[in-house]
Amino acid sequence: MNCTECEILLHALIDGELDAGHAREIEAHAVTCAGCGEKLQAFRAMRQAMAGASLKEKAPANLRMRIDAALPAPSAQIVAPRKFFQPSRRSFFGGFAVGTALSAAVAASLVLTVLRGDQEATIADEVLSAHIRSLQAGHLMDVETSDQHTVKPWFNGKLDVAPPVIDLTAEGFTLLGGRLDYIDGEPVASVVYQRRKHIINLFVAQRLGAAHATVNDRTIQGYNVRHWSEQGLDFWAVSDLAGDELDEFVQKISAALHPNPS
Amino acid sequence: MTGDASADDQDKARRFRDAALPHLDDVFTLARYLMRNAADAEDAVQECYLRALRHFDSYRGPAMKPWLLAILRNVCYGEFARRGKQEISSDFSGDEPAAEALPMWQEPQASPETALLREQESATIRRLIGELPQQFREAIVLREINDLSYQEIAEVSGVPVGTVMSRLARARAMLRSAWDAAESSTAGTTP
Repeated sequence: MNCTECEILLHALIDGELDAGHAREIEAHAVTCAGCGEKLQAFRAMRQAMAGASLKEKAPANLRMRIDAALPAPSAQIVAPRKFFQPSRRSFFGGFAVGTALSAAVAASLVLTVLRGDQEATIADEVLSAHIRSLQAGHLMDVETSDQHTVKPWFNGKLDVAPPVIDLTAEGFTLLGGRLDYIDGEPVASVVYQRRKHIINLFVAQRLGAAHATVNDRTIQGYNVRHWSEQGLDFWAVSDLAGDELDEFVQKISAALHPNPS
Repeated sequence: MTGDASADDQDKARRFRDAALPHLDDVFTLARYLMRNAADAEDAVQECYLRALRHFDSYRGPAMKPWLLAILRNVCYGEFARRGKQEISSDFSGDEPAAEALPMWQEPQASPETALLREQESATIRRLIGELPQQFREAIVLREINDLSYQEIAEVSGVPVGTVMSRLARARAMLRSAWDAAESSTAGTTP
């Protein structure tokens, strides 16, 4: 192994593209050669810094809608009008959940046209916008820590409620921190969690939409949204996480709010 | 309008949405770094999805993301060719907050200040990547941000894996010296 080879191959090493034999050779060379050793260390650090930075761009919501509108809308013409005039909104959303022919965007535009003026839908839209906004570079957290005892007091004096901050790290949902957001013109708490690479925003406020004793679920623009009311607070969970995993998250939060009475 | 579309077309459109739309952020990210301008990036992404739908019948896998990124790259290069040598205006530097002396490699700490530092650091890295020559910028974005393997990058860029490796090595070396320069210049201008 000479330095010229090493300078190229060390990148394959840090990218995990090198077979075990060559990887050992590079590492052995980097120990004996100060120049290559320094490079390996510097590029590793740089790669790590890049991985920790927010470099990925979020496609703007209007681009998503433009593309969706330009694609042929499968069966929307047939399904939508029938759903449209269902008398009960409950059954509308029922059809929504199982109607696989309805794409998320067609569904979202239906929500906008059918339920415009409906406060719950307006808030759901605002909650989603807040979620998407939070994913744009550097807007995710005001207080960044996995310590629930740091996040909770941070909200003191910023809100007229004390949002519960529950650490679910052991259950696969990492607590990332908290953020103050605005929905419906009111300040709300957002507690931010992560599962794998998926961010979950849990918005908490005293009153945010109609009270729901049971969990109300919907999908907007491909994002899953859950809303429920508990202990005098409204909770909205939003994520691009799969629906069943978001349900699991909601159950865990809800269970933690009701410690076992035994 | 679409009411007379056959059941096959509807099925195809549905499969296309399910397969292609989840990669929209990745496609937009590459477009943003290649075009270096948000409006041009959006147009390129839209064109990419329309082309991808047209060619969806011939799509045989295996992975949807590199396939879409390859189409996006073709759209962007077509646009470059159409415009000739004309420089496309870059709006990358506009994102950057006021420069302060920033340590580039930051230990993780729990404070709002860390979040601010990270935001500024991210803006700096985005700008430095944006300033790399095109083929190196493309390689580094596909690797570090789109998270493709060397083989996938080779397919997207239409070059052998060996070329991917040497481009990445060059790209990282250039990025590192630009990064060092940015660090010492911010350190130098601060009283």
